[in-house]
Amino acid sequence: MTSDTLTAPVTQATSRRLVPTVSGAAAVLSDCWTITNRNLIKLRRSPDMILFAVAQPIMFVLLFSQVYGGSIRVEGTDYTNYLMAGIFGQTVVFGATFSGSGMAQDLKEGLIDRFRTLPMNPIAVIVGRTSADLVLNAISMVIMILTGLVVGWRFTNGFMSFLGGVGLLLLFAYAFSWVMALLGMLVRTPETINNASFMVLFPLTFISNAFVQSSNLPGPLEFLANWNPVSGLVQAARELFGNTGSAPLPDTWPMQHPVPTVLIGSVVMLAIFVPLCVARFKKISAR
Amino acid sequence: MAIIEATGLTKIYRTRKSEVRALDGLDLSVPEGTVKALLGPNGAGKTTTVKVLNTLIRPDAGTATVSGLDVLQQPSRVREIIGASGQYAAVDENLTARENLAMVGSLYHLGRRRSRARATELIEAFDLVDAADRPVKGFSGGMRRRIDLACAIVINPPILFLDEPTTGLDPRSRLALWAIIEDLVQTGTTVLLTTQYLEEADQLADHISVIDQGKVIAEGTADELKAQVGGHRVVITLVDGVDQDVARDVLQRHGAGPVRVTSPRDLDVAVEQGPAELQLVLGELSAGGVPLHDAGMRRPTLDDVFLSLTGHGAVADTDTESEVA
Repeated sequence: MTSDTLTAPVTQATSRRLVPTVSGAAAVLSDCWTITNRNLIKLRRSPDMILFAVAQPIMFVLLFSQVYGGSIRVEGTDYTNYLMAGIFGQTVVFGATFSGSGMAQDLKEGLIDRFRTLPMNPIAVIVGRTSADLVLNAISMVIMILTGLVVGWRFTNGFMSFLGGVGLLLLFAYAFSWVMALLGMLVRTPETINNASFMVLFPLTFISNAFVQSSNLPGPLEFLANWNPVSGLVQAARELFGNTGSAPLPDTWPMQHPVPTVLIGSVVMLAIFVPLCVARFKKISAR
Repeated sequence: MAIIEATGLTKIYRTRKSEVRALDGLDLSVPEGTVKALLGPNGAGKTTTVKVLNTLIRPDAGTATVSGLDVLQQPSRVREIIGASGQYAAVDENLTARENLAMVGSLYHLGRRRSRARATELIEAFDLVDAADRPVKGFSGGMRRRIDLACAIVINPPILFLDEPTTGLDPRSRLALWAIIEDLVQTGTTVLLTTQYLEEADQLADHISVIDQGKVIAEGTADELKAQVGGHRVVITLVDGVDQDVARDVLQRHGAGPVRVTSPRDLDVAVEQGPAELQLVLGELSAGGVPLHDAGMRRPTLDDVFLSLTGHGAVADTDTESEVA
């Protein structure tokens, strides 16, 4: 602290008004980028988050493929091949929860109040949050793909189809980020968001076809798994990667049409939660 | 012409059990180029008032304009001409001081290059050069406050809202911040600030509005308010409580208001001629053979203002309610 040497008059820096030079759509884009960039800087400076994004996917791929690989059989394909879309799906859905704790954290620290007194577009704070989390998810995705290839996973439907699968996983995760962002603004405490997400997301990803075929589950769970959106996501990725087994698909619309299910589901999530997030943001204020 | 005008502001916070009237028909008017202080205890409604005016919350009733713009109808136009600093320094812990300032500049739509240039300018003006490129995480409270204040004046806004700008700062940082605020005012900025300290309002503000339970209960310059409570208080502590009655009579004869007895041994009273009355009081007590443990003179505090205006002290309120929102 050198407060008593504060002699350079602030006046020199305060003699004239500064007026905006950016407006319209360019201003909205600039706002979105500014907030995304701010969140990415935070990511770069938080080694624990990078470790989480890199090490956890490696751990999951290795654990599941090596521990269950020998004991779970899937007709028509190798378990490692079958498993990979499930792990991808689970990891990106969990990755989306950062959007919730991130919003709650900003609220707690008073940053949301600062943003709300600035002439920025209100959507930018949430676009910036979800976009940065999408980057984190994409990093996890790359790590998982590389690890998967090392343990013997292969996509067999061509490269474009593989990219389509990756794109679909990230689209779904991005749309889900908005759901979590709204939750973060409603719940307000980052810790609660983290705990609550685990309570919801573990059943959601385990009562699905992510790790086992839904036909192996007991009756009621099988029913849930066949209608679970995560099952639809995993099935879609599996089809695009060419990793489906030879067993017949469950007779529910989402499982019979997984790719349209994920596309429609993601668009519907965005159509509902983007306006809800913006409306909530406009009212929210730290306590 | 008042640049900030508020009429009949009302804000009610309801919970299942209770209803808190954070604002209860508050009126406010701040002339352009002046500094107005909202003075009051925690829970009085100071923060809520500022948050209505800087577009953070909507009142349940009442109207407010900032530079002629309706804060309820045109919040985004209002945000283009204000700077705001909240009760807790709202800076991004993970960004450096420079990055925080550049971010705020970008969000005011100054463009990237001008935002950066402005950040550099403010870092120099606020004496943050040495720390400019380190993440804020490791900064002291005083430095965070300075960055926060610098963020609030990135565009040199014509109107500045400061919510308890020096709460929690050590005396030296407080003086430094006062100097910055005084500098800003020199250039014609209109400032609305809240404070719990009469001394701070006295130092910075042209006009003071005393707020209690969501309403303005007194308004005026610092001198006018002090005239209401008496300029100074003579304070004595007796060695023995048995002398209380004698001491009270002496203080009553020299005081300009009622004698306050805060414990059997502690008494004080407002006086008009501070030092002169103190000498007389001490002389009479000495002549009467009343031994003193301590004696002195002090300037009136927020508590004195409240006691004289409302009949209750400022502190009593904070037991039941904390500042809402």
